[in-house]
Amino acid sequence: MDYETLMQIFASTLRLGTPLLLAGLAGLYSERAGIFDIGLEGKMLMAAMSAGAVAALTGSAWLGLAAGIGGSLLFALAHGLASITFRGNQLISGVALNFVASGITVLVAQSLFRQGGRTPALSGAARFNPITLPGAETLGNIPLLGPFYRDVLSGNTALVYIALLAVPVTAWVMYQTRYGLRLRAVGENPASVDTVGVSVTRLRYSAVLVTGVLCGLAGAYMATSLQAGFGREMTAGRGYIALAALIFAKWRPWYVLMATMLFGLLQALSLRADVLERILQFKLPGAALDALPYILTVIVLAGFIGKAVPPRAGGEPYVKER
Amino acid sequence: MTRLPRWADVVLVPLISLLLAAVISALLILAIGGSPWQAVTTMVDGALGSPYAWGYTLYYATSFLFTGLSVTVAFHAGMFNIGGEGQAQLGGLGVAVMLLYVPWPHWTIALLAAMIGAALFGAVWAAIPAWLQARRGSHIVITTIMFNYIAGALLIYLLVNVMIDPKGGGNPATVFFPETTQLPRFDEIPLLSAIFTKKVPANVSFFVALLACVGVYLLLWQTRLGFQLRAFGKSEPAAVYAGISPYKVIMVSMIISGGLAGLMAINNVMGESSRLINNSAEGAGFIGIAVALMGRNHPFGVFLAAILFGFLYQGGAELGMWTSIPIELRTVVQGLVILFTGALDQMVRMMLGVFFRASGQGA
Repeated sequence: MDYETLMQIFASTLRLGTPLLLAGLAGLYSERAGIFDIGLEGKMLMAAMSAGAVAALTGSAWLGLAAGIGGSLLFALAHGLASITFRGNQLISGVALNFVASGITVLVAQSLFRQGGRTPALSGAARFNPITLPGAETLGNIPLLGPFYRDVLSGNTALVYIALLAVPVTAWVMYQTRYGLRLRAVGENPASVDTVGVSVTRLRYSAVLVTGVLCGLAGAYMATSLQAGFGREMTAGRGYIALAALIFAKWRPWYVLMATMLFGLLQALSLRADVLERILQFKLPGAALDALPYILTVIVLAGFIGKAVPPRAGGEPYVKER
Repeated sequence: MTRLPRWADVVLVPLISLLLAAVISALLILAIGGSPWQAVTTMVDGALGSPYAWGYTLYYATSFLFTGLSVTVAFHAGMFNIGGEGQAQLGGLGVAVMLLYVPWPHWTIALLAAMIGAALFGAVWAAIPAWLQARRGSHIVITTIMFNYIAGALLIYLLVNVMIDPKGGGNPATVFFPETTQLPRFDEIPLLSAIFTKKVPANVSFFVALLACVGVYLLLWQTRLGFQLRAFGKSEPAAVYAGISPYKVIMVSMIISGGLAGLMAINNVMGESSRLINNSAEGAGFIGIAVALMGRNHPFGVFLAAILFGFLYQGGAELGMWTSIPIELRTVVQGLVILFTGALDQMVRMMLGVFFRASGQGA
């Protein structure tokens, strides 16, 4: 495999890894605060539809993004209501909201555009367009690292850079701020947080809302950057794969970046059957390539990662002592 | 919080949940410019209005009975099996393998063989995530979801490359099963044929599903194994202290659950389409979750909920056909029912609690 192909695959890795990264970080906030979120998938889907629809109607990708975040937040609030206020089963709430999202996105898109549940194809300012980083052409001539800068890092849409930036920001918030300390504490031992007079409910809601915002970015990216418009079930299990990456990363921000890029690489490879065939020396059927990210997710979850210990209070509603 | 009387918890909570889901759906229909009243009449007419309509409703209900029982058994053991869809697809494969490659003299024997094939394939597909949960600690919810996607890809591969009907014009489906294996439909069964005069898809699998209800009831509440499952589901540490093996409970409950989901295939693959087609389960595996929650994880409740969802499914199809409301409305209703019965049940209870306190019946 030549260097150019490698760069192409890396570029595709970054593009495909970005929604996973955003969704993975989204899950991190929620789960670190002790709220399991199976519903990343549904929130992404809802955001993708809202972003695709509003971008198509207004012609502005940024308005689309805002709508995407709004749609995702709506679902995040519902999840918060079920799992924080009414102390319901968080897994079931997530699954339920995924079904609602799966149906409602098609319902709304169909009633708005009558194109079989899709939103119209976006072009121009309705999509996020690639940004060339400064000096990409001149630095691109440096051997080895130059092409990486020019072909992989440069030339992505704004949302990719926002996603990459979200990693150090999340690490800083989680480990360097008072809010992060409290968030982690509320996921491990909510009673201790309650004892020092900090509201468990408010903390958890704030985490769930951050999750909503990040899922909104992820979904908007799907519809207005990665592809040009929303299509039914377009997230295709990415929310669940992001969740698997989060477990793989043991709920730590920098590892989420690595894990999601690993899954992004797998998806990129499954799109490049020719490269895979050269590496493996035999031809894989198309269905095997489609199944590859899911199979590898299972293999990754099955071990080779040591024991992944989730936040201790995860999934358990907090009942305040009276 | 007021404790509700048992009858209210069992009867009112699901009913109110359903009502809430219906209200939200009605608002949604209004929002997309449809008429909720027209939707209701279309659904009732198309799903319950004639024996012909009932033939479809009961056909769907049969599938949902199997998948609802599947989720129920796993739930009692504390396992959330979202893999019913994939297990049902694999069950279809099991049916096809049994019926395509062995010449059966009569449908009764063929049905038995198909049931074994369907349950076996479904059970194996559930056993892998179960083993991964029991031995490697992989989260059963995520692995079963992944296995749904993998099952879909596997079925496409087999239908396109291996089992495809060479004369089918490239359609990913097998050849039709032999005539002798055709299950009697309701319009072909004596006595029932007096009611069902037109050809309907409901078939003898319905009665197998009813037997499965009884079987699951006996298993869960009348056997030592059922006690072990429920004890483990209620409290893992207590069950382990009582000498119950977590490995055994996880494996057995998921194998039974997968087998039940797989069994669904005798209804749709053997009874209705008489060949294996792509995406044969059509989401019935997921509806099992709603059916189990709505039915309060009891076989009798599952029976009622399966009929209800049969109505929703057939009614939803009619909506898609006769009105401008897309068929996806039923996915929304399904999600809302799961939300209200499974996650917001406390909210419903609180609402009822206020009522019971006000009328002085609460205790």
